[in-house]
Amino acid sequence: MSLLEVKNLHVEIDGKKILNGLDLTVEKGQVHAIMGPNGSGKSTLSYVLAGKDEYDVTEGDILFDGESVLGMEPDERAAKGLFLAFQYPIEIPGVATMTFLRTAVNAQRKARGEDELSTPEFMKKVRDTAGKLEINQEMLKRAVNVGFSGGEKKRNEILQMAMLEPRLAVLDETDSGLDIDALKIVSDGVNRLRSPERSFVVITHYQRLLDYIVPDVVHVLSRGRIVRTGGKELALELEEKGYAQYVGEAA
Amino acid sequence: MAELTVIRSAAEEAILSRFPDFNATQSSWGGAPVARQRQQAFETLKAKGLPTRRVEDWKYTDLRAFMRDLPPIADAPSRAEVEAAAKQTTPLDLANAYRVLFVNGRDVSTGKTEGFGWYRLANGDALPPAVTRALERERAYADNAAVALNTAFMNDVTILHVPAGTALERPLHLIFRNTGNAPQASFTRVLVVVEAGASVTLVETHDGPAGVAYQSNTLVEIDAGDGARIDHIRSNNAGNAALALSTLGAQVGRDARLSSFSMNTGGAMSRHQIFVAFNGKGSELALQGASLLRGRQHADTTMEIDHVVGHCIGRELFKSVLDNESRAVFQGKIIVRPDAQKTDGKMASHALLLSEEAEADHKPELEIFADDVVCGHGATAGALDDELLFYLKARGIPQKEAEALMIEAFIGETVESVNDETLREALMAQTREWLASRS
Repeated sequence: MSLLEVKNLHVEIDGKKILNGLDLTVEKGQVHAIMGPNGSGKSTLSYVLAGKDEYDVTEGDILFDGESVLGMEPDERAAKGLFLAFQYPIEIPGVATMTFLRTAVNAQRKARGEDELSTPEFMKKVRDTAGKLEINQEMLKRAVNVGFSGGEKKRNEILQMAMLEPRLAVLDETDSGLDIDALKIVSDGVNRLRSPERSFVVITHYQRLLDYIVPDVVHVLSRGRIVRTGGKELALELEEKGYAQYVGEAA
Repeated sequence: MAELTVIRSAAEEAILSRFPDFNATQSSWGGAPVARQRQQAFETLKAKGLPTRRVEDWKYTDLRAFMRDLPPIADAPSRAEVEAAAKQTTPLDLANAYRVLFVNGRDVSTGKTEGFGWYRLANGDALPPAVTRALERERAYADNAAVALNTAFMNDVTILHVPAGTALERPLHLIFRNTGNAPQASFTRVLVVVEAGASVTLVETHDGPAGVAYQSNTLVEIDAGDGARIDHIRSNNAGNAALALSTLGAQVGRDARLSSFSMNTGGAMSRHQIFVAFNGKGSELALQGASLLRGRQHADTTMEIDHVVGHCIGRELFKSVLDNESRAVFQGKIIVRPDAQKTDGKMASHALLLSEEAEADHKPELEIFADDVVCGHGATAGALDDELLFYLKARGIPQKEAEALMIEAFIGETVESVNDETLREALMAQTREWLASRS
């Protein structure tokens, strides 16, 4: 069974159609890249997968592990193993990063009927993971994303992903606003998590990220539909020729 | 002009009819000054009645409507009542605190005092000169309705005196406890005199039985000498049917520092009033507070900061979390007198509304008569941020837990001003307890 199956997905926000019959199938262990011009519906896809409620699904379905997630709250989807790395991570004043991570990890474990992580287990895991992402202890004590630089926010997203160990991670323009060093740290963080059991949907505007996170499949999204699918070489072609040829399609 | 017939409410009738008998039972404690104050307070109540919303200071809290009647004034508690009351705990208990217990408005504390003086005015104790001076001070708030009620019906003044230069290690804990299954009215007054260079942590808690429409009225006055340091932390856990009026009146000397934090979860109706007068330059005031309300609770926080002299700093930050049909009122007035140059005052109040029916009323007022000052205020009211909630939920945190995390963070910003770590943790525990009992 495919891990993710998006079937003929139609989505509106405030009566405006954004996705027009999108189909996407991701198998276990695969990395899919979704590329496309601005306004093609990339971020909408990521939000709809995560369950943001102002998006109306008017037609189609999203199956995760064979089960429709459309009726599920975002926290239920997360506990099933769906993770979204936000393009613009939110600042949460007054909530320490450590507290936030711990609350999230244990809430998911509880929802799955697993025991909470003990304090030493949790601390060890945070320290090890944070260390690899060059996130220091001082950052972990600070309120989530408050006063973090753009790069720090993105690394914090990857830290959350590593702590939560999702089965499918959707990375929404994780490369935007990153310099080359930060891009490498973030990509290494993602690559460490690649496994035959875990899949990724990497949404990006630029091919650059895909030099570091090498995809199995590349899709082109335009006007709310996948208009082309190919191997990793498709990304290079897009880099060379741009999106101009796709902007007019699927109208 | 035709004579107007004043129609008095049941409570106003009760105040007028019961005062002579009450007055007769008070013998002559406190001498002529107390007798005069009591009579003046009574005359004020008689002339003005209880304030309605047409009185600006009570615009959002119509005391006359809330205080339908005046229940019987509580008698001195029995020995058994005192013993039972002494065993109860409070959210702010500290192992090393010196407890001063009031049951139904009576000081029933016993035990030795170390490093500070404990006096009761009604006992005719000989008082240190600083205490006598503090007692004789003019009070700008004497005519305030809640204060006038307290003065008219007070049965004693408990005096705590921290001598000059004493850094009191043990916190003083005032416990205002109401007991009994029948509604009673209690009136309690405390004067805390902290002399020059002395420091003290003053804890204050209020509690009482659930489901009993008792009325409590407390007045705590603080006289901060030059260079004194006072940390005041209070928690109102009055019973859910109670009408709780409380007032903090503070006189601040030169180069002193007074902080007061107030956590408020109790009472059907509560009003906490703070009156501060800066009488000496170079002093700092930090007032913070949090109200967590639900059901049809009404909580009013009203303050008046009077910069009589210049070069003082005032910081006020109050937050309320409002569920169901509850209502929070914040009134904050900063007065800067003509001579109070270089005053630095900032005031903010923020309300978080968890329901469509909840209401927050903010009324900040600046009355500035000096020209070289920095003063500002801000007020906000809003719901929980949907974007934030989505972020938390996308990480697997369920709605209620995500809300709790955000509310805790919102309240935490005020609690972090409390210096004592144990008290800070106790206040957050109280917050979490309130959140856990949210339906």
